Amino acid sequence: MAEKFDVIVVGAGMAGNAAAYTLAKGGLNVLQIERGETPGSKNVQGAILYADAIEKIIPDFRDEAPLERHLIEQRVWVLDDSSYIGTHYRSEAFNQEPYNRYTIIRAHFDQWFNKKAREAGALTICETTVSELLLDGKKVIGVRTDRKGGEIYADAVILADGVNSRLAVKAGFHAEIQPRDVALAVKEIHFLPQETIEARFNIGEEEGVVIEMAGKISAGMMGTGFLYTNKESITLGVGCMLSDFKQQKVTPYALLDRMKSHPSIAPLIAGSEMKEYAAHLIPEGGYNAIPQVWGDGWLIAGDAGQFVNGIHREGSNLAMTTGMLAAQTLVELKQAGKPFTAGNLAKYKRKLDDSFVMKDLKKYRRMPDIFHKNKQFFTTYPELLSKAAQTLIRVDGVDKKTKEKSIKQSFVAARSRLGLIGDAFRFWRAVE
Amino acid sequence: MLKVEEKLFQDRYRVDAGHPHISIRDADLCTHRCSERQCTVCCPAGCYTEEGNGKVVLITDGCLECGTCRIICDEHRNVEWEWPRGGFGILFKFG
Repeated sequence: MAEKFDVIVVGAGMAGNAAAYTLAKGGLNVLQIERGETPGSKNVQGAILYADAIEKIIPDFRDEAPLERHLIEQRVWVLDDSSYIGTHYRSEAFNQEPYNRYTIIRAHFDQWFNKKAREAGALTICETTVSELLLDGKKVIGVRTDRKGGEIYADAVILADGVNSRLAVKAGFHAEIQPRDVALAVKEIHFLPQETIEARFNIGEEEGVVIEMAGKISAGMMGTGFLYTNKESITLGVGCMLSDFKQQKVTPYALLDRMKSHPSIAPLIAGSEMKEYAAHLIPEGGYNAIPQVWGDGWLIAGDAGQFVNGIHREGSNLAMTTGMLAAQTLVELKQAGKPFTAGNLAKYKRKLDDSFVMKDLKKYRRMPDIFHKNKQFFTTYPELLSKAAQTLIRVDGVDKKTKEKSIKQSFVAARSRLGLIGDAFRFWRAVE
Repeated sequence: MLKVEEKLFQDRYRVDAGHPHISIRDADLCTHRCSERQCTVCCPAGCYTEEGNGKVVLITDGCLECGTCRIICDEHRNVEWEWPRGGFGILFKFG
């Protein structure tokens, strides 16, 4: 079976589907290979869909895509063991169409997205694992799959095979991912009647709320938690850097269970039925962890290229955008009659640099390192903030000046004056 | 507190009986030369267990295919890790 395609796309996640769709629309002969039973059956995400990225690929996605709720409220909580302090931002502007962000369920969304790619002309085969890339010298000429006679040839391969990009490592394109460049997230989906969710979060039909969490929820590790409202379910989870899990020897599901029992979170999921538990790695090494993403006959898109903006909780939009840009590069070269050499594919790099993807990642290039080295942002400060709020809000006969003094003293005692100034500077450097 | 087995019970799998996709390369290395055995703590599906004699036992049936075990074994690189054959392994209903 020596079939040959213009392009093979490995994976049917956000990057792979965006690439396959764009290639097919551009008139290229594209084969997409997915190891799951169906597209989406191996994919895990929170999940929030950012409309802008999908809109650039399928402008009228809202008419058909399986969407859960559009988000009208963002909560950011900093937790200690018994409390949270935070900000809530709700706006009627988020209730105006076209909506900006939605919660989605990946197993449903990915099937729809893949259907669009197939309708555009892509051929998708599922239940097929790509075991390695076929190389002619340094040039990628196809893939070997676990099907009988499973060698398939193409002029280019887009690796959209996710965070554990085994193919690129095996081919020697880049080294194995490091524990400090990746977060392990565990999550559960909990079902509740629609009315219960809407009452608990003070929202109407189709409206949704996001809670992003930091603080003692990560047990001293660099990490965050989340809770998203779907139509009839709530997904919640917690993720921390793998290097911290390793060093502190924390069991991920124990961390998740502790989060679920937090007095501020437990009532939100009370009485629910848990229907799935999932774990997934998130590339969080940022700009400095991005490997070479193009070469002779190959391009890397999505999580496989570490395209995640950790601090803004953005990943799927970067995946879709990089998948689209990789595909556009190939379509343009094909139309110009140019071969897919490393030199010509460098066009992908220029497209990435011109997009929000690399601009945002570059902006936060220092963040992972600063947070790795300064765990006080995940331990000391959440406690100080909580105690300060407690002191200010509790009415107990102590005068306000004395209260303010005790708050100031608690900060200085924990971090010293110089330490506080240093932390402010470090935080600013991280997000500057 | 739920045990991880109770969580995994909610998940859907097609187990590739007789073809585990992950294996320990050198079992003696885990027992005698690895003092951390972080795989027995950090695997989110509890696939790795440590027996009394320091032996590490791996059962991949409940694997969530996250990649944690391979990446955290960065000192010894003692985990042979491949994807399950096409169609096998975890099948997320929601993801």
